[in-house]
Amino acid sequence: MLELLNVEVSYGNIRALQGVSLRVADGELVTLIGSNGAGKSTTLKTISGLLRPKSGTVIYNEQALDHLPPHLIVALGISHCPEGRRLFAQLSVAENLRLGAVQRQDRADVQRDIERMYNLFPVLRQRHRQLAGTLSGGEQQMLAISRALMGRPKLLLLDEPSLGLAPLLVRAIFETIRQLKNEGTTILLVEQNARLALDIADRAYVLETGRVILAGAAADLKHDPQVESTYLGM
Amino acid sequence: MSLDIYFVQQVVNAISIGSLYALMAVGLAMVFGILRLINFAHGDLMMVAAYFAVFGLIAKLPLPVVLLLMIAGTVLVGLIMERVGYRSIRGAPDIAALLTSFAIGQILQNGTLLITRLLNMRSPLPFPAIDILSGVFTFGPITVPKLNVFSLVAAIVLLGLLSWFVTRTNLGLSMRAAAEDLTAAQLMGININRVIATAFAIGSGLAAVAGLLFAVQAGQINPYMGFSPVLKAFIASVIGGFGSIEGAVVGGYVLGGLEVLLTAVPGLGDLLPAGAALKPFFQEWLPNTLTSYRDAFVFIALILMLLVRPNGLLGKREREEMK
Repeated sequence: MLELLNVEVSYGNIRALQGVSLRVADGELVTLIGSNGAGKSTTLKTISGLLRPKSGTVIYNEQALDHLPPHLIVALGISHCPEGRRLFAQLSVAENLRLGAVQRQDRADVQRDIERMYNLFPVLRQRHRQLAGTLSGGEQQMLAISRALMGRPKLLLLDEPSLGLAPLLVRAIFETIRQLKNEGTTILLVEQNARLALDIADRAYVLETGRVILAGAAADLKHDPQVESTYLGM
Repeated sequence: MSLDIYFVQQVVNAISIGSLYALMAVGLAMVFGILRLINFAHGDLMMVAAYFAVFGLIAKLPLPVVLLLMIAGTVLVGLIMERVGYRSIRGAPDIAALLTSFAIGQILQNGTLLITRLLNMRSPLPFPAIDILSGVFTFGPITVPKLNVFSLVAAIVLLGLLSWFVTRTNLGLSMRAAAEDLTAAQLMGININRVIATAFAIGSGLAAVAGLLFAVQAGQINPYMGFSPVLKAFIASVIGGFGSIEGAVVGGYVLGGLEVLLTAVPGLGDLLPAGAALKPFFQEWLPNTLTSYRDAFVFIALILMLLVRPNGLLGKREREEMK
């Protein structure tokens, strides 16, 4: 479904990605793990068109993405739920959800999906008129994921959904991610909490200083000695 | 003229001038909200609109057609300005964008000058009278220039439409989202080029209406007439809180009120009945001649206000500060 071939991305003189290649198949949950600055978020931003590769290419369902503007990439069915959530803090919960579906024309259908999100996260229904900036961290993360789902993505890019959340909330968020996968959404998950990520993922890539250093089935990587010592703290 | 009528008429003046400033300031605020660009060429759009109106009126077209052509023409100029000028330098440092806005202003002024010279038009050019905008409405002892009433009605209708647009339509909602976080807006699938062009189009349309009202009021137009209004709109935006649409409206009316207040109060000395307690005070300390220092007093008031509320009356703190 998605394939990155030898993608290189630079910020000025800093080479953030130095030839990353990876694949995500239809229906898979793939995770990118690695420490800070390894290039995980950069990879997602390149897929969603916020950054342009200097060389290499991004292919989605046989179409090259690397020269499309972000809104056309969204139109192809890719939703990116960015790091730090990036909610519209001055807009209401309901307005944030509507923005997630801004490309969809059928208002009744969009309204049904908003109801679906309220059923998925009932606390959002209670707060639907509240400004997004006034929500707690956990509620904001729920809203960010819901907003990304409002675009009915075929491929969901999730960047650090557990960041800054209490353990109980992290478990709830990951339960939701597992559920989404079971419903057939293809997911590319960037996560610092490698243990959790490897628990729910089918496959994983380990990034270090802009390169893929390891790849394989999540179950295998969990027992890889290098992964154990560096990312699982064993 | 008795005091209470004087008072009512000054209030009407304030509302009318405030409406003009509000219409102008909203256009500045919409563009600034998304691009963090202070578009100083905005005043020149007003001037362009006034010339479009003159051409229509000289050609003896019916008034609705003149209005339509004026608004459509000005919106087109605004869109070209965005497409050719600002889009090419998007992402460049703020100072480049600011200088570009001055350059565009110069091009519009000199372009207009050139065209009017070629057509042998005078500068300043007398603005033809428009029947329904001239004359006064009389309410008992109070007479109100029709123009003032139309200014207020235009502001209420247009700002009401705008408020509906930004809250009820997808494009308006996208605009507010883009003003808050351009990157996140792109990730929602919002075509930011379209949103930015829309902001310019709406701002230009509002400037066109303001330009017509301004030209009728002044009775004459020239290619440089946009400078003072854009400066006033800028001050109004600063008073209200830069980038906020509500702030621009509030700032426009506050500035209008302030200006009229500073013009009206020095006149009080002559109006008060002989023997009134305060008459010598006003005549001694606030003589009529102070009126010519109005702008200086406006700026002093602005400085004082900014010392107390650096982000304006309705201004929100910038995101950087909240971290």
